Amino acid sequence: MLTPDDITARLDEYLETEFSFIRSDELALLLLVLAPAEQAFVLDWTRRIASTNTEIAHQFARRAPQALAVQEPRVIEAWALHAMDVYDRAGLRPALEVIHDVEQFVQRSHERSAGALFDEVSGVLLHFVHGLAGRPLKLALDDSAWTDSETLFLPALLARLPTVEENFRLYKTLVVMQWAQIHYGTLRAAVGTDFSVWPDPVRALHLFTTLETVRLEACISRELPGLGRELQQIRLRLGAATLPQSWQAVLPQLQSVTACAADSLTLLPKIYDTESPPLPGYQCELNLAAVTACMQARIKREKMLFRVRLAQWLEEQRQMPAVREGAAPRAAAQPVPDTQQPEGQHFELTLNDVPLSPPETLTRLITSIVLDLGEIPDEYLVPAGPGEYDPALFTEQTPDPDAMWQGTYHEIGATYYNEWDHGRQHYRKNWCVMREKDVAPVYDDFIATSLARYSGLVAHLRRSFEAMRDEERMLKRQAWGDGVDIDALVEALADARDGSEMSDRLFTRLHRVERDIAVAFMVDMSGSTRGWVNDAERESLLLLCEALEALGDRYAIYGFSGITRKRCELYRIKRFDEQYGSEVRARISGIRPQDYTRMGFAIRHLTHLLNETEARTRLLITLSDGKPDDYSDYRGVYGIEDTRRALIEARRSGIHPFCITIDEHGAEYLPHMYGPVNYAVVSEVRQLPFRVADIYRRLTT
Amino acid sequence: MAEITPEEHYITDEPYYEAGGSEIEIFEAAWRNRLPLLLKGPTGCGKTRFMEYMAWRLQRPLITVSCHDDLTASDLVGRYLVKGGETVWVDGPLARAVRAGAICYLDEIVEARKDTMVVIHPLADDRRVLPMEKLGTLLQAGPEFCLAVSYNPGYQSVIKDLKQSTRQRFVALEFDYPGAELEARIVATEAGVDVAVAQTLVKFAHMTRNLKGNGLEEGASTRLLVHAGKLIASGVPAVTACASAIAQALTDDPEMLTAINELSASLF
Repeated sequence: MLTPDDITARLDEYLETEFSFIRSDELALLLLVLAPAEQAFVLDWTRRIASTNTEIAHQFARRAPQALAVQEPRVIEAWALHAMDVYDRAGLRPALEVIHDVEQFVQRSHERSAGALFDEVSGVLLHFVHGLAGRPLKLALDDSAWTDSETLFLPALLARLPTVEENFRLYKTLVVMQWAQIHYGTLRAAVGTDFSVWPDPVRALHLFTTLETVRLEACISRELPGLGRELQQIRLRLGAATLPQSWQAVLPQLQSVTACAADSLTLLPKIYDTESPPLPGYQCELNLAAVTACMQARIKREKMLFRVRLAQWLEEQRQMPAVREGAAPRAAAQPVPDTQQPEGQHFELTLNDVPLSPPETLTRLITSIVLDLGEIPDEYLVPAGPGEYDPALFTEQTPDPDAMWQGTYHEIGATYYNEWDHGRQHYRKNWCVMREKDVAPVYDDFIATSLARYSGLVAHLRRSFEAMRDEERMLKRQAWGDGVDIDALVEALADARDGSEMSDRLFTRLHRVERDIAVAFMVDMSGSTRGWVNDAERESLLLLCEALEALGDRYAIYGFSGITRKRCELYRIKRFDEQYGSEVRARISGIRPQDYTRMGFAIRHLTHLLNETEARTRLLITLSDGKPDDYSDYRGVYGIEDTRRALIEARRSGIHPFCITIDEHGAEYLPHMYGPVNYAVVSEVRQLPFRVADIYRRLTT
Repeated sequence: MAEITPEEHYITDEPYYEAGGSEIEIFEAAWRNRLPLLLKGPTGCGKTRFMEYMAWRLQRPLITVSCHDDLTASDLVGRYLVKGGETVWVDGPLARAVRAGAICYLDEIVEARKDTMVVIHPLADDRRVLPMEKLGTLLQAGPEFCLAVSYNPGYQSVIKDLKQSTRQRFVALEFDYPGAELEARIVATEAGVDVAVAQTLVKFAHMTRNLKGNGLEEGASTRLLVHAGKLIASGVPAVTACASAIAQALTDDPEMLTAINELSASLF
């Protein structure tokens, strides 16, 4: 049983009251009425929250006793964690709003438990919409459901129906309706129409959308009958009323097989002045400005792409003997009747009037262009001349990770990783902003000098590693095989003469012993490696590469460094699928000490890369010179615990982590992080090049 | 049924095969000119059925070897066995085919071990001989013998690629999934379902083929459609048949499975 003084003392400690105006004795009185287990619960969470922010912890301690009276501890935990997540993401004020309003949190979590979350369903929905054909679409979050013709926007949470399952169906319906607006020409017709001629353009557009929704429902029911039935059910569940009389009259025209978006436009005057119909809950309104902008940009881009790709394709065809002999190749697009398509036809490229199947990039472009324009216009079929377009416009470009920091601060192109907060005993979500960068290759004499200096060792390593290679071993005394095992046969014949049973294991067989290993080397590139350590690291890597080339294991080398969680950087030295050659050697030579040693993100990212590589055994070997350490927060216990947690995650996914360090004190903390046997301390820096390859050999045999 | 060896087995009933292009004429011409053939194409698009059809058409026995990663040259050529204290030579399937003037079809040739190429190369160019290393002899192929290999270029693995020295010995026939109408006819005939069901199945197959590269390695093959069709013909509800015969065969990823099942549910 805790006394008021005990509680006050603990709160003083957690909330650092001597530097604030918090009255811990008042708080202690609130906690005093709770049962001992509840007191411990609140105090524990106060401590955990305080490791993130003392003010949130203070507000939590103030409200938790009341909240505990009405809510289960499970809910309180979720509430506290949610507040800390909000703090990580958005700062103190929004986090305090969460803490202040436990009722609202409970209400929201109710919705969450019955509703479908975009984050949870988007994976399935994306596959689903890709399967439906047409242009590859993207999914994104917005307040309402609408599409700009490339991205389908959906709300973050749908809780309009009572169960998760039904809300997922509603999501699916929204996706299908948006897809149908693109696929069945609603957007194309809307963009080509001037709605401002109507007295109320907004109403006109809305009524057009409603007419289209009716038409699209009919289209979907014809083409995708299963979905059609689902639309009906959802409509009933959402409680839609029947359409007014004036609308009933236009239904047959909208629902006929030949109906198209133009019919909806013709019907618009008929129903403009009549009563507005009740809407089905899944109608997606049109945002004409956004659609027009998106479409125009795409039409321009795709015209260029099409003409460039067409020129490339024609050039390839010109090499073919059949075309080479005749006149210059002339491309044309011919409509071919196709009942599967909404327009009743698809387009086929012909070359000098002979239909040919174009490469997939062209086929995709044709699909997308026909969705926008309904045909392939003649001017598209003029192949782009050399230099007509800037190549930068049509070659894929990956954003330069360095350029991110020159403009205003943003996180485009980065990958996020969680980080373990020891104080909170929970993850900080998407905490580390990670980017992969290339090490700038340096072509100096480092490689030549090092190879000359260690020439004896290189030759020795190559020999000993070659001996470990997968070899064909001759297995003797096999039950079946390629050749006859004479020794076994002689023995067997002797046995037979002797009257005993003759063995059937009389054959030799070649058996391949396969080394199926993928290894990622994670090299410390922090500022502390400046000088010697850096030289020794580079030499070790060089020797290791020479040895691994003889061995044939798949390997990758990445350097890691960073300043703060916002700038975690992994330096590519060699990717798994890259050949070892002068470029990789020059990158090894170009390894330079950078900033600090934040380790968790590097382990998590390399774990991810290793898991994408097919191998029976996966190894993650760290070369390091000390404890994890980053500017400000990533010090001491916090850094070690996050690294440890990242290693546990790696191990759980089937990776064997190992650490080679030159830190003499490594034995004090490495067993806690890597486990008692998964590390090696090389006390003499100069020994590193000799030892690393050796350790690797011991590890993998 | 009496036991017969593969080289004595002639296909007597015409196998069901619908030509997608001029592959039958090309095969016949290549066979007359004693050229080996390479069948390229995704899994389940009718390569093996085509071989059966050609064997029937040319009235040659068909010896099929499904290659696996432990298939060695001696598995193809032959080996010594010990019988009653004596060693006896036993021909492998390739040697039998050469002797019998049969069609030898090596399915998924890239899966076999590299040393098998050594015996295939001299057989696949104008020498047309099979070296029997263990016997120290050469086996000359007659005019009826035909070597055909298949290969799926969709794997995109460096290890599982055919070497130029191998592929440039063959006349290549490219196979792909048949056009929608033809595929529906094939599914209807093979599975015994009506044309409307077959058309819906084909539509579903196209949806899964749209997903190739977006999370699926391959879309549903014609063979899978026939499987699903057969289940439907036996009274299994269409959506269940698609889930068991197609979706589960394509992927293990739970999100992808849900999406594919949603797609089939939207069609039936």
